[in-house]
Amino acid sequence: MARITRRKFIDLTKSAILGGAAIAGAATLMSEPAESAGSNTDSNSGEFVIPSYCDVCFMGCGINVTVKNGRATKIEGNPAHPISRGKLCPRGAGGLGQLYDPDRLKTPLMRTADNKFKAVSWDEALDYVADKMKTIMDTHGPESLALLKHGKGAAPFVQLWHAIGSKTEGHPSYAQCRGARDIGWSLTFGKGPGGVERVGLDQAEVVAFIGGHLGENMHNVTVQDYTTGLRNGSRHIVVDPRYSTAASKAEHWLPIRPGTDIALLLAWTHVLIYEDLYDKAFIEKYATGFSELKEHVEYTTPEWAAPYTGLNADDIRQTARELGAAIPNSLLFPGRRFAWYGDDTQRARAMAIINALLGAWGNNCGVFLGDKIKVPKYPFPEAHHKAKAAFDSKEKYPLGTSTPVQDIIDATIPGRFKGATQNAPIKGWMIYSTNLMRSVPNPKLIEEAVQHLDLMVVVETMPAEITGYADIVLPDTTYLERFDVLNAPEWREPFVSIRQPVVKPLYQSRPSWWIAKQIAERLGLGDQFNYGNFKEVVDHQLKQLGSSLKDINQKGGVLKKAYVKPAMKFKTPSGKVELYSKKLARAGFDPMPRFIKHPEPPENYYRLLYGRTPQHTFSRTSNNAMLLELFPENEVWVNPYIARVHGIRDGDDVVLKNKNGVKSNRIKVRVTKRIRQDCIFMAHGFGRTDRRLTKSFDVGADDNGLLTKYELDPIMGSTGSQVNFVTFV
Amino acid sequence: MARYGMSIDLTTCVGCGACVLSCKMENNVPDTYARTWIEENLTENAGGLSLELFSNRCHHCKSAPCVSVCPTQASFIKDGIVMIDKDLCVGCRQCISACPYGARYFGPDSRVDKCTFCEHRVGTDRDPACVEVCPTSSLVFGDLADRGSELSKLLKTRKYKVLKKDKRTKPKFHFLEPVEKKATKAS
Repeated sequence: MARITRRKFIDLTKSAILGGAAIAGAATLMSEPAESAGSNTDSNSGEFVIPSYCDVCFMGCGINVTVKNGRATKIEGNPAHPISRGKLCPRGAGGLGQLYDPDRLKTPLMRTADNKFKAVSWDEALDYVADKMKTIMDTHGPESLALLKHGKGAAPFVQLWHAIGSKTEGHPSYAQCRGARDIGWSLTFGKGPGGVERVGLDQAEVVAFIGGHLGENMHNVTVQDYTTGLRNGSRHIVVDPRYSTAASKAEHWLPIRPGTDIALLLAWTHVLIYEDLYDKAFIEKYATGFSELKEHVEYTTPEWAAPYTGLNADDIRQTARELGAAIPNSLLFPGRRFAWYGDDTQRARAMAIINALLGAWGNNCGVFLGDKIKVPKYPFPEAHHKAKAAFDSKEKYPLGTSTPVQDIIDATIPGRFKGATQNAPIKGWMIYSTNLMRSVPNPKLIEEAVQHLDLMVVVETMPAEITGYADIVLPDTTYLERFDVLNAPEWREPFVSIRQPVVKPLYQSRPSWWIAKQIAERLGLGDQFNYGNFKEVVDHQLKQLGSSLKDINQKGGVLKKAYVKPAMKFKTPSGKVELYSKKLARAGFDPMPRFIKHPEPPENYYRLLYGRTPQHTFSRTSNNAMLLELFPENEVWVNPYIARVHGIRDGDDVVLKNKNGVKSNRIKVRVTKRIRQDCIFMAHGFGRTDRRLTKSFDVGADDNGLLTKYELDPIMGSTGSQVNFVTFV
Repeated sequence: MARYGMSIDLTTCVGCGACVLSCKMENNVPDTYARTWIEENLTENAGGLSLELFSNRCHHCKSAPCVSVCPTQASFIKDGIVMIDKDLCVGCRQCISACPYGARYFGPDSRVDKCTFCEHRVGTDRDPACVEVCPTSSLVFGDLADRGSELSKLLKTRKYKVLKKDKRTKPKFHFLEPVEKKATKAS
């Protein structure tokens, strides 16, 4: 195979997929649905209901899938499941649109010397991947192979990386999403608020929200508890430059100037402390650094914050008083996608500190303590080598907990990576289930980085943009066609739930465990995958828990245990809630959050904000026919005053341009008073550029392409991306 | 005799559309058609902006113009549920014009179709698909003739409105006004 010197994006309008491919045998890929279905099987009608857990987003909601004559016809919430309770968001309900999307990747694809894709057999594709991996490992070391991943299906690839001896791994859910939040909370409480946020929204009397626009963000159980709270009369304070759905349901909407959240948080902290509206018992018993904090926020009055935030000082004071008056039944919601301005860990700290003052930790109205069922490990063999990484992220970010993806991208471009010693070049990328062109800012740099790779493999269900840069594209199964790791998060009703195939893999798609195992076998590491089928792993783990696959299916796909409240322990250096962080101070950072003024958009430019719509997650849902019926394309929200200034009317098509001259696709304008005059907003995930996505190609605009700039969080490498200014072309 | 109706709580509905999809799967509604849909009303007054989000559907009117206008008696009311007998429907579409709520569509089978409150589930332990899936628990289905039903109780305790009251259709889809909040505690 000729070495590819220039990795050109493959546009399928110009180069149709060449040739056909032999279908690899896959007799042992899955069990029959009937076998999995347990007591829910109605053998007379050929109709089964199979429990599993969802993967359209990452919450892991329990689903029941109806299968008739081998075809899945309906996805419903699993009533036995503690985080779906029989209910689903539209994305979960629309999962069949993903399974039966005719645009799915159907066969392994291989890049040809003249930059086309040809369909190849699994054997040919896997031989190529293993051969290239081996060459890279022999030449540069296994750490020259990077794994970029997302989701539960990535577990077998993590195992493969352990097996080959590489620790070069990254996932956008860290530096592009909730990493800063979790670290800020860990520095304060010794622990984050959880992947499924452990928040008592159903029981809290007063809740403040900064980010995490619930109602548009449809994290099922969180939204269920949020609306239960509303029904019970919870009072909400929503801080958002946009009149969001949540703002429309709140008592107070604070339309803050973007980038000034820390000023508001410090002013709230000031009011809570100086008006004696904090949980004294909690602070005295559990916290350290109160006097330093009190001194730190002496000057951060509502009057001080008002000009920065664009809010009224009385409103700031009033909302702080409402939070304080409701102690211990108040909460500041932790938010989720946190990479905003580059001081994100400090913003998380400021939010965690307020929750400490509210005593909102370890109680039912605040961040509750989760219990979990500990799933026993499957006896995988010891790895042959101690795994190494191409660089040590701890050297660059001593307080970090993972590797920022942009560092892997930088380290792929010779001479570009800074901040730590690079032990080896990065010569290969294995990308599992993350469309980097849409999940990491400044995608132009990714285009540059991939030119330096000797191997780029993308494992995906859809022809996502990132597949166009690959040497090899491997068609993954969707979550409805495979076994995956058991899901057992910390929660107030501890549980274990299973993901299992409800139908046989469509086309030539294969589950991730099969792909990883096949590659391992070709690398002589087959012994590391000591199972024939991932079903055995799941069954073995369940048996260790005194259950089995059959048993859990009879119980509706979920095992539960009684909740045991964990002790109030804080895994911080002092063993206390740290209002003042010596750990941060020692590392050279502010021990308490400080407000830094961020640049404002210049005249005729507006800050680009982006976020969710209830029907879409990432870019992966934007070609789903069912979800497109509900939300067919994104629009750009523009304040009426700004529309007048630019001569734009509602429904017009516009093109946006950022400060670096990057232009967007055409996008429809929604003129609305629901947004401030200094920013514009669009839902994420549209403006698809791969023509193989027949339903979403060229529909709406891509926010991520406009994010050519980001502000790095010096504490852990989060890429604050709400710092891009755009105007109308 | 039962008299089925429904309510939606404007306190909690976020207009996500899970009900739309759930309905489509449960009732095999053809692609690009829907028996329930999302509406959004933004208003502005002295107090600022106000946003109403809700899913809409057939209102199962007591005085249903779609039933009275139907020349073949294909549209009829059973236990308060406005139903269509597809065998009798000739596809004349007069009912579509008569419905003030836009609840009916002319399907690819050249028949008219609409929400049935998942009539096939009535009498089982299952709620209509839209009610079951709703992550915000905004929808309540029940028997208005039964004073003890959750729906009857809600309509007794909560303020509600119906749409297009002036059309005198006596709709049975009720919109619960947002709950009033407890007063702020003195600080």
